[in-house]
Amino acid sequence: MLLNQYLLLAAALFVIGVFGVLTRRNGVLVLMSVELILNAVNINLVAFGTFHGDIAGQVFALFVIAVAAAEVGVGLAIVLLIYRNRRSIDVAEANLMKG
Amino acid sequence: MISTLVLVAQETGNSWDLPANIAFGIISVIAIGGALRMVTTNNVVHAALYLLVVLASVAAIYILLGAEFTAVTQVLVYIGAILILLLFGVMLTRAKIGGDEELDYEQRWMGLGVSVLLFVVMAYSLWEEFGSDTRLVGYEPQRTAEVADSVFSTYIVPFEAVSVLLLAALIGAVVVARRD
Repeated sequence: MLLNQYLLLAAALFVIGVFGVLTRRNGVLVLMSVELILNAVNINLVAFGTFHGDIAGQVFALFVIAVAAAEVGVGLAIVLLIYRNRRSIDVAEANLMKG
Repeated sequence: MISTLVLVAQETGNSWDLPANIAFGIISVIAIGGALRMVTTNNVVHAALYLLVVLASVAAIYILLGAEFTAVTQVLVYIGAILILLLFGVMLTRAKIGGDEELDYEQRWMGLGVSVLLFVVMAYSLWEEFGSDTRLVGYEPQRTAEVADSVFSTYIVPFEAVSVLLLAALIGAVVVARRD
């Protein structure tokens, strides 16, 4: 197995997630795409941890998973608040602070 | 794609390489296909279900890499908790269940261009740096006991910080989403 196989898979998932963040209007779908990006990072961490025979890769992947759980909790709360105030979760319409 | 992987496996002559490469090919095709459908589908609930496919494939990749504990955590936390939370978000925001034409911006081609450019840059630099001679051979599964030892000795301070972060996020989510 090449290390590159895993790194290229992670890169592909990462750019698909970036595409989702850039193109989706629905706030929940943007959060899902961010999860995709975090998963790509985790694949990299675990692949390098296995490659170097170091446990730190797995430990950092676990930390990223915990932070992702916190992120999605707060993110969904914000999306719900936007929905309650604007009756829409279109992220393009949430532009009250536009200069 | 799979045939090239088989060729790579034959070159190395490692008996474990071939099944691992075949498994990797199948899993990565499922993962990338699910991810592509997730960002292009017009149905929010379908997007969540495609996300499930991707998350399960990533868990399988962890198994392939010998990271058992991370794989189990991926299933428990991502599929068990985060995905359900996202489905609750879909439900509470009353997104159209039966498909919606206006989920994407009109300028999606610019997003596509940015993504493709980013992938080309990353793939080129990865190939330059690691090439086809950096191999993962003869690795052992990393046991859960080692992970636990590491988390509770070397990384005890970050671990406690993450605990406090989760608590703060929980309280923050309740405060933000509460009706006054």
